[in-house]
Amino acid sequence: MNFNQLDMQLLNAVSDLRAVPAGPVNIRRNGEVIARNSSSNITVRSKEDKPGLVVEVKPGTANETVHVPVILTKAGFKDVVYNTFVIGENSDVSIIAGCGIHNDSHVDSGHEGIHEIIVKKGARVRYIEKHYGQGEGTGKRILNPSTVITVENGGSAELEMYQIKGVDDTFRSTTAYIQEAGNLKIVERLLTHGRQSAESDIKIYIEGKGGSAQILSRSVAKGTSTQIFRASLVGKTRCIGHVECDSIIMEDARIKSTPELVAEDSEAVLTHEAAIGKIAGEQLIKLMSLGLTEREAIDTILEGFLR
Amino acid sequence: MLRLKNIFVTVNGSNGVDREILRDISIEFKSGRLYAITGPNGGGKTSIAKVIMGIYKPNRGEIYLNGEEISNLNVCERARRGISYAFQHPPRFKGITVGDLIQIASPDIDSFNLRAALRNVGLCPEDYLERDVGPGLSGGEIKRIEIAQVLARNARISILDEPEAGVDLWTMQKLIGIIVEKYKNNPDITTIIITHNQRVLEISDEIIVLEDGVIKASGAPHKIWPLIKDDIECKMKEQCRGEMAYEL
Ligand SMILES: Nc1ncnc2c1ncn2[C@@H]1O[C@H](COP(=O)(O)OP(=O)(O)O)[C@@H](O)[C@H]1O
Ligand SMILES: [Mg+2]
Repeated sequence: MNFNQLDMQLLNAVSDLRAVPAGPVNIRRNGEVIARNSSSNITVRSKEDKPGLVVEVKPGTANETVHVPVILTKAGFKDVVYNTFVIGENSDVSIIAGCGIHNDSHVDSGHEGIHEIIVKKGARVRYIEKHYGQGEGTGKRILNPSTVITVENGGSAELEMYQIKGVDDTFRSTTAYIQEAGNLKIVERLLTHGRQSAESDIKIYIEGKGGSAQILSRSVAKGTSTQIFRASLVGKTRCIGHVECDSIIMEDARIKSTPELVAEDSEAVLTHEAAIGKIAGEQLIKLMSLGLTEREAIDTILEGFLR
Repeated sequence: MLRLKNIFVTVNGSNGVDREILRDISIEFKSGRLYAITGPNGGGKTSIAKVIMGIYKPNRGEIYLNGEEISNLNVCERARRGISYAFQHPPRFKGITVGDLIQIASPDIDSFNLRAALRNVGLCPEDYLERDVGPGLSGGEIKRIEIAQVLARNARISILDEPEAGVDLWTMQKLIGIIVEKYKNNPDITTIIITHNQRVLEISDEIIVLEDGVIKASGAPHKIWPLIKDDIECKMKEQCRGEMAYEL
């Protein structure tokens, strides 16, 4: 395995890695696998029919983490990958995904990740996906992830998606099916600046009795960037669902936020809260009265908000 | 010494007509002294604090700190020159913890003093350091955290705006003890407490009574007390009955 400094920089940004981790891992660079390991409980193998991975977690596996970062350093490279994660019954694991792009050129680079996550009965999974871009070129850094997740009876999943820097264009689609007493929590943190645009489309179908889902989205839009956020919760039975989207808008940015609730059963309890606003003046004044400059105060507020 | 000279503040009233909320205010706050500002709600007490901190710009008048005119300095510059203000109604944040905020207030604070700052306002550090200064905290908790920040700053000029609101009587006793120990007779620092608390009024070196944007009276407690006694005792009773005498 030959990792250069740039590779490590990107890996670190998307998955906090400083070296190839000891446990189960798959590192993909410019469409090629450059590191792969399985553990006795988690197998990582290539898909047979198309590019991508199958990660299979044995039932009952506890407290293991699998890393599956993707990095793009070749200008103009467009990567498409299909990954499947099967989280075995009653296991409890974390998946650290994420994609880092370095593009110094004038042609666009992009990654399209099509993920399928199946959380078996009673299993728990925490899936963390960070997006990061860098490079001075005029070529765009594009990330279009699409995720379909099924949470089986009594399973629980937490998806955390962060996109804080350097991604010019993103369209994220997330679809979830929740079965009996299953639970899903989606946490999204997004910052766009310059002329970036980001769109997120979440659809959650709560199909099993006692299922629950929560979407907590926070975003900041600066410059002339645009954000579109759609979250739809469909309650087909007795269930609980909540959508919360909270955005800070600055400068000449635009944000469109559309929470949607669909109840198909009188026992479905669905709620939403959406707010878009600029930074509260009194928060700024408060921090400045503690000795921060206006710039420092703004950064502190945004950093906290996106934490 | 902090000196306000002929300060006038005009705001846009709710009916669109300009309103003078401070009129010709001149006060000298000397070092090593504790000042209490009192008077009815709407009298202009908080506005004076905001003028000193640089949050409100007077349309006339000047402010001097140790001889230097600071009228044109912004909030941050005044904070860095040693002015510290505990808001009457502190804002809430998202994703900023109690520990973060005290550390912003006092960047070099060590863990011992960080914890002490919270204990001094009756909060257990273990329970609070990691918590968001957000909607999950009550008005009283937010208020105590606000006071803790000012205590932690060790500033030359400290202004506390109605510290008694939302703080139980026992903690208030303790806070008064700290104020006495820390601020009173310390020749380098000036403490200004906006208050209706009898005990604070008694221990102050000077009471300033503000009403309708003007100074109605000022002087030593024994001189001022007879003038405000009835009002204050009435307020204290409200507080003891557990009513919200001060909106949070
Ligand atoms: N920014 C403002 N805009 C309009 N009116 C204000 C503003 N700040 C203060 N006031 C008014 O000025 C008066 C004095 O307010 P304040 O200084 O808060 O009084 P106190 O602290 O003594 O209760 C009140 O009538 C208040 O409504
Ligand atoms: Mg006030």
